[in-house]
Amino acid sequence: MTEIAISANGLVKTFRTRKGPLNAIDNLTLEVGRGETYGLLGPDGAGKTTTTRVILGLLSRTGGQSSILGFDSMRDTYAIRERVGYIAQQFVLPADLTVIENMRFFASVQGISQEAQDARIPELLAFAGLTDFTRRLAGQLSGGMKKKLALACSLIHQPQVVLLDEPTLGVDPVSRREFWSLLGNLRAEKGLTIFVCTPYMDEAERCNQVGLIYKGRLIAHDTPSGIKKMVPGHLLEFKPAKFVPARDLMGGLPGVLEVQTYGAMLHIFVEEAERGRRTIEKTLGSHGLEWSGMRIIEPRMEEAFISLVSRQEAQDHDQ
Amino acid sequence: MLRRILAITQKEFIQTVRDRTTLMIMLSMPLLQLILFAYAIHMDVKHIPMVIADQSMDQASRSYITDMVRSDYFDIISTVQGEADVIHAIDAGTARAGLVIPPNFAAQVDRGSANVLLLVDGSDPFTTQSAYNAANVISQTHAITLALDDLSRSMPAISSQDLSPLTTHINILYNPDLKDLWFLIPGMIAMLLQTQTIALTSLAVVREREAGTIEQILVSPIRPLELMLGKTLPNLLIALINMLTIVVVGTLAFGVPFQGNFPLFLGLALIYVFAGLGLGLLISSVSQNPRQAQQLNMMISLVGLIISGFIFPRYTMPVVLQGIGYIFPLTYFIPIARGIFTKGIGIEFLWGSVAALTIFAVGIIFFAARLFRQRLD
Ligand SMILES: Nc1ncnc2c1ncn2[C@@H]1O[C@H](COP(=O)(O)OP(=O)(O)O)[C@@H](O)[C@H]1O
Ligand SMILES: [Mg+2]
Repeated sequence: MTEIAISANGLVKTFRTRKGPLNAIDNLTLEVGRGETYGLLGPDGAGKTTTTRVILGLLSRTGGQSSILGFDSMRDTYAIRERVGYIAQQFVLPADLTVIENMRFFASVQGISQEAQDARIPELLAFAGLTDFTRRLAGQLSGGMKKKLALACSLIHQPQVVLLDEPTLGVDPVSRREFWSLLGNLRAEKGLTIFVCTPYMDEAERCNQVGLIYKGRLIAHDTPSGIKKMVPGHLLEFKPAKFVPARDLMGGLPGVLEVQTYGAMLHIFVEEAERGRRTIEKTLGSHGLEWSGMRIIEPRMEEAFISLVSRQEAQDHDQ
Repeated sequence: MLRRILAITQKEFIQTVRDRTTLMIMLSMPLLQLILFAYAIHMDVKHIPMVIADQSMDQASRSYITDMVRSDYFDIISTVQGEADVIHAIDAGTARAGLVIPPNFAAQVDRGSANVLLLVDGSDPFTTQSAYNAANVISQTHAITLALDDLSRSMPAISSQDLSPLTTHINILYNPDLKDLWFLIPGMIAMLLQTQTIALTSLAVVREREAGTIEQILVSPIRPLELMLGKTLPNLLIALINMLTIVVVGTLAFGVPFQGNFPLFLGLALIYVFAGLGLGLLISSVSQNPRQAQQLNMMISLVGLIISGFIFPRYTMPVVLQGIGYIFPLTYFIPIARGIFTKGIGIEFLWGSVAALTIFAVGIIFFAARLFRQRLD
């Protein structure tokens, strides 16, 4: 049991809205082992923030169970708060305090002694690359630095688990990579359990476990490569000259499992790569449609995700 | 626990000081209000616009009118014919009071049975009261002066100098203006402190909710009571500074003497201020957004003003209203403030109010912490 850092079992969260009840989390079950980096992957509105907040006890739950380090989210809130770090999706540190004042505030409310603060804060500031900005108001930091400050503050009490809600939202690509390498260091050096919500498929590749959340439900969970293997068949990519007629032709072809659009490209899942390719080229040719860049590619998280979502939709439709 | 409270206090303190404009407003508002209110009341009492129907037009009536004007209580804005015109002027709002001096005023005065008719606009009780009191005093003074003149004329042996102290004596005792301020300033200090303390904290929690910063506070191990206490302390300082300035200005600028024990007053004011901050926190805890908090704050300040005994005596109110009065710290503090400030009484007469206020102050903080929503939904 102690190997489980975060668990949710049949978790349900229903919001009462003006348009009636809304199931933001629908019977969600997940488990995160200690030391794992777990990515909760899903589009906007899928329920990532709500899941994180319920697990942290920031929102009440409508049904089911959830706990962190064996502490129940609702009953043992203070035990959780002393052991867990959290970065909210939005920047929610006091904007009118400086970097150092923020650090000291969160250190003090975590009960960290002055001496320990004097040792730990410079270390964390250096780690987050904020050493030169200690006197700057938090509200005046760049997006990336804000996230790094939030990370530094959330680590001040040396938590065993951190939950990060879209930690790279509003952050430029370079800072995003920096942020992830910070997380990598944390996992390697401290064995920290990291639970991270993200809508970015590429970030999911950096996790060792991924849960796909869609409309409040966990529709798949596995390692990144495991997820990618869930997609049936092989993937062909090409760029049709005339997009709509080409796309409409693909669906009915023998051996074609699924059609996805990817910008101006078409992604076709086929049972067998070479045979599929020949069928497609023949069909396009016989209809006088031109194409370019036909190739076989490895399905990425993105294709896998779309495939799994559309399968889920189809299943829901059948019921 | 103490470390967390101090951490919050320090954070609030930094944030308060960093927001210069708001801080300046907070520090100057009560003083400004005190001056405005006291001055407004002062002005209202004096310079009441008056029309006069002098149907006598003789030496006696003119001397009486001169006394009226000299008092500064009345400004004669016009002279009219009779009672009907006076009523018309008051109806039209051009005058607040009117004086009708009947024909043969001088003869009546000589007979010792002069009657004048004073008409006052009753729709404004403050003016009514002042006009009534002032006219009464002026008339009596005038009558006494006449009597004295009479006396000195019929008995040349006694100079009117010997008799004049009597006039002065009556003047001080019945000076309605002086009494009003003496009575009003302690209550006003109490009222301004309540308004300010509620205003100081009523946004404290709801603002964090609005900014989203409550989320980070909620995931830290801060307990609700610690949050409440931490947010109270810096505001306590601001409220105390204000208390001192308005007490000093109230006593010096308006010449209202402080009769009682100042340290005692200060100590009790501390409890009172604490209670007001607690009430503000309660508002902040239950409000969903700053607008709601502001409205609740307004409502409480207004209702408190009316039923706490600041303006109207509580014993004249229905029992239900008297009961509701107990939710305002002002209700407990008014007798304390007036008692110490004006009457100079010691704590031995105030135990009841002090005990009630202390229980209120402690209770309200716990209540605010209890009602603080520890989740985001
Ligand atoms: N406080 C709330 N009240 C009502 N509905 C909410 C609330 N918070 C979130 N929702 C709804 O719940 C769903 C999931 O939202 P959220 O958890 O924020 O998704 P994500 O973080 O994946 O973008 C959305 O449909 C959102 O509109
Ligand atoms: Mg979200």
